[in-house]
Amino acid sequence: METTLQEKKIFDTLKKYGNNKSRLIDILHELKNELAENKKAVRKILSEKLEISAAELDEVISFYHFFLFGKGKYNIYLNTSITAELKDRDKVKKAFERYCETPFNSVTQDGLIGLYDTSCIGMNDQEPAAIINGKIFTNLTPYRVKELVQGIKSNKPVEELMYENSGDGNNSHPDVNSMVYNNIRRKSIILNKDYPVYSFLKKGIKEMTPEEVINKIESSNLRGRGGAGFPTGLKWRFGCRVPSNHRVIICNADEGEPGTFKDRVLLTEYPELVFEGMAAAAYATGSDIGILYLRYEYLYLLKFLNKKLIEMQASNLLGNNIEGIKGFNFNIRIQMGAGAYVCGEESALIESLEGKRGEPRDKPPFPVEKGYLGYPTIVNNVETLATAVKILHFGPDWYSGFGTGDSLGTKLLSISGDCKLPGIYEVEWGIRLGEVLEMCGAEDVQAVQVGGPSGMLIGMKDLNNLNSIELMKWYKPSGMMVAEKFFDRKLSYSDLPTGGSIIIFNNSRDLLKEVVLNFMSFFIEESCGACSTCRNLPYIMKNKLQKILNGNGVKKDIEDLLSWGKILKASRCGLGQAAGNPILSSIFNFRYLYEKHIQSLVEFNSEFEIEKAVTAYSKFVHRKPVLYHLQ
Amino acid sequence: MIEKSNKKIIATASLAGCFGCHMSILDIDDRLLDLIELVTFDKSPINDLKQFTQPIDIGIIEGGCCNSENIENLKYFRQNCKTLISLGECAIMGGLPAMRNGISIKECLQEAYLDGPTVQENKEGILPNDEELPLLLDKVYPCHEIVKIDYFLPGCPPRADLIWNALTAILLGKDIELPYEVLKFD
Amino acid sequence: MEKEIKIWIDGTEITTSKNKTILEAAKENNIYIPTLCYFVNTEPKANCRICTIMINNRMLTACTTPVADGMEIQNNTEELTDLRKSIIELLFVSGNHFCPTCEKSGNCELQALAYKYKMLVPRFPYEFPHKQMIGKGSKILKDQNRCIACKRCIKTIKDKKGRRYFATKYRGYKLEIVPDEEMIKTISEETAQQAMDNCPVGSIIKKEIGFNMPIGTRKFDKTPIGK
Repeated sequence: METTLQEKKIFDTLKKYGNNKSRLIDILHELKNELAENKKAVRKILSEKLEISAAELDEVISFYHFFLFGKGKYNIYLNTSITAELKDRDKVKKAFERYCETPFNSVTQDGLIGLYDTSCIGMNDQEPAAIINGKIFTNLTPYRVKELVQGIKSNKPVEELMYENSGDGNNSHPDVNSMVYNNIRRKSIILNKDYPVYSFLKKGIKEMTPEEVINKIESSNLRGRGGAGFPTGLKWRFGCRVPSNHRVIICNADEGEPGTFKDRVLLTEYPELVFEGMAAAAYATGSDIGILYLRYEYLYLLKFLNKKLIEMQASNLLGNNIEGIKGFNFNIRIQMGAGAYVCGEESALIESLEGKRGEPRDKPPFPVEKGYLGYPTIVNNVETLATAVKILHFGPDWYSGFGTGDSLGTKLLSISGDCKLPGIYEVEWGIRLGEVLEMCGAEDVQAVQVGGPSGMLIGMKDLNNLNSIELMKWYKPSGMMVAEKFFDRKLSYSDLPTGGSIIIFNNSRDLLKEVVLNFMSFFIEESCGACSTCRNLPYIMKNKLQKILNGNGVKKDIEDLLSWGKILKASRCGLGQAAGNPILSSIFNFRYLYEKHIQSLVEFNSEFEIEKAVTAYSKFVHRKPVLYHLQ
Repeated sequence: MIEKSNKKIIATASLAGCFGCHMSILDIDDRLLDLIELVTFDKSPINDLKQFTQPIDIGIIEGGCCNSENIENLKYFRQNCKTLISLGECAIMGGLPAMRNGISIKECLQEAYLDGPTVQENKEGILPNDEELPLLLDKVYPCHEIVKIDYFLPGCPPRADLIWNALTAILLGKDIELPYEVLKFD
Repeated sequence: MEKEIKIWIDGTEITTSKNKTILEAAKENNIYIPTLCYFVNTEPKANCRICTIMINNRMLTACTTPVADGMEIQNNTEELTDLRKSIIELLFVSGNHFCPTCEKSGNCELQALAYKYKMLVPRFPYEFPHKQMIGKGSKILKDQNRCIACKRCIKTIKDKKGRRYFATKYRGYKLEIVPDEEMIKTISEETAQQAMDNCPVGSIIKKEIGFNMPIGTRKFDKTPIGK
């Protein structure tokens, strides 16, 4: 009986998605339990029905963290981000292992609990945090872990384990019901609730042609807020150039850059702005298909967001002839990711939406020419879309009044690490880094990671490492050295660009051992593996760094790292090209930390230790590892 | 004595190798006669000299390192040779002996001495552990992952022409020529 | 007639037509750009990055980038040669490429490229992975230690229904190209041969035909790749 029930669910699910291979990610999400229970049988039916080989099916399953793992009845995904580590993640991890009686990345013998390391889950302001069966548990302590495991062992539903108050704002909305806190610390033009939601769709849009909408966005100089900073108006313009029956607007809510959590807050408190932004983009470009790609870590927001969409559909803010505008047909659906940082790259995201592995595509063609299912596709960041609505409502001139030079308007910063007040800060572009640090109560700062692991680790410049031209930049015209030079750098596309992740490290932190190694592990874990460079090299570079940290490094090792880092620039996507950045930017800005570890007078050190190399043999044949001839 | 001082001193050794590379040295044929005008062989299996008798100009290493004796020998060469050459696939990347790399030493010994299909007469389960034997390493190491190596001449064996080109170039202080036919990995 | 356009590769002027990739245009004009994952008449995926060229100081792959009028392409520069060599070396150390024991030696494109770039020893440390050999009950053997994940087999070896014999598994440095366990048991002689021929290295081997060409007669023994 059991199998027939299971079969029925599989057939029903397939039918729901029209046996469509491109909806494979959704199908796999719905059949997750069935796959965990009886993988082989489910695989067989799925591959037959979708007319692919079983290996092709595994190709997709094995790509995504949350499909590959999660074999327990309760699955605990503990965040590995650096901020968690700074906040005693190790103790929490050990507590989980002790109370669950199983090591991480395994399942307890009774199949009850699976413990898994997981890349940043977007909770850097309330670490250590974990996802347990889709629910977020923040600020974990060993004591809390003990209680959680006790509850799990008595088979309590996961909702009953969260007995703390729920978080602020919409986090306590019954459809969200999470313990997450928004931690909004500073509001400005985007976060100010000075805009009656949907005003643009209800009113402003009727006074504008699509062309005028694009013109407004263009003249505001809005640039993509995901980090790369591509001009949004231009993207929208490109999106309507290629003739096509369908066009697609995708909202990229896959913020995976460790240290970023602004989209989480926008989606919790300002979902209307985001969806309205998508509709505005659709109107401007004549798009009919809208998809919000929501990272799986934010599953707890799905019900809440879906209800918003239903409300919008009910009041004709989505659907056919929106607000009575003839031919303005646009709908939005939400598709969940499944745990892959690289899917934040727009073409990888599109691949994932099409039910495939999230491997980035080669460009050209760009998504605006040939994207989702071959249709012209515009992929915009959550923050970009929310900002666009405000620009359309208040006007581009109002918007351009904020910010500086090539970076207009404001930016949401996700600040975490060693500071008193981690959270979301909306700041004007052009703000001094020093002011940001003051704002969040950071003291005794050693370094700041701007833009997440793929960005830059900056701090006091190592002056010995600068050539004279560069050195000049650090002197005031009077010839005086600027003592706090790096605090004077400005957040802007030309000086310090950022998608918003700001992680602060104080002087008690070991930048290389704690931070850089953590970031390298992140890139190794999250590489899609398509390019030969990014698949193989970060691992080798991390080993080399480890060699240096072991005290076995020589000068050439630093030179090697610098030149190997360049090879990664031949990778296809931003992830691959940035995969060496933690090492490169720390050598550039903190070279003295490397030089402290290396043996400056030794030309060659292979790190070979004969005592270690003979241990396994000696042990197995019961022989004392006496090395007479080497003494 | 005067004649000798002008000649460069060469020493050679075979570590975890098959002596094929040494055969290939001999394979330079009649050019050997030209070679001995330029060099003198010190410690080498070719003349069976067991110890260095003088500082060495060029050391040639065949084979990678699979045991503690190989390590000792290689370090001994590095200490005594101005220039050290890795000759052949085994010295450069471990070669055939390195096919055991990745398999634990326990598994290797079990298969070879206890459980393998060809093991018949080892009822007591004796494993090679005599004090006289060198100690096996956890894996086979390429020579340059132990000591600094100055030149690499690949091939299994390296072509005689490659050895000749390289030696004459090094002796005369020129760049080594690498015509397509002489650079091969098999 | 397609519109004629002009491009320059290392300063050499070439007349070609739109809708071609840089690689195709170069090939027609006997200019060699090295490739490894590229396979003729299939969609290029640029996984190996060997065909990286430079335009305006930007790295792009020749197999995927379409030509455009007036394009100035750098191909044989010192920087690019070293990049290509380093990628070859990277592939050598991240697998187990024991050329003397490999059936494909002499006919192997990875090895031929290493010859071309005069690789004497890789600059990276050897990893010596220990991966599976797959092929029980099949006409082929898939040696994961030799696979360079070029995905040519994925693109070209399919059954009549279009189902693939090979697929990717996992991601990052754990990534492997695996055969479908069921499908390779029934693979035909012809498809098995094709799979072996399309594999640039010795990762897919048709059983019982190894070493059938004497040294000296193999593809790259005397003729360099790209000649």
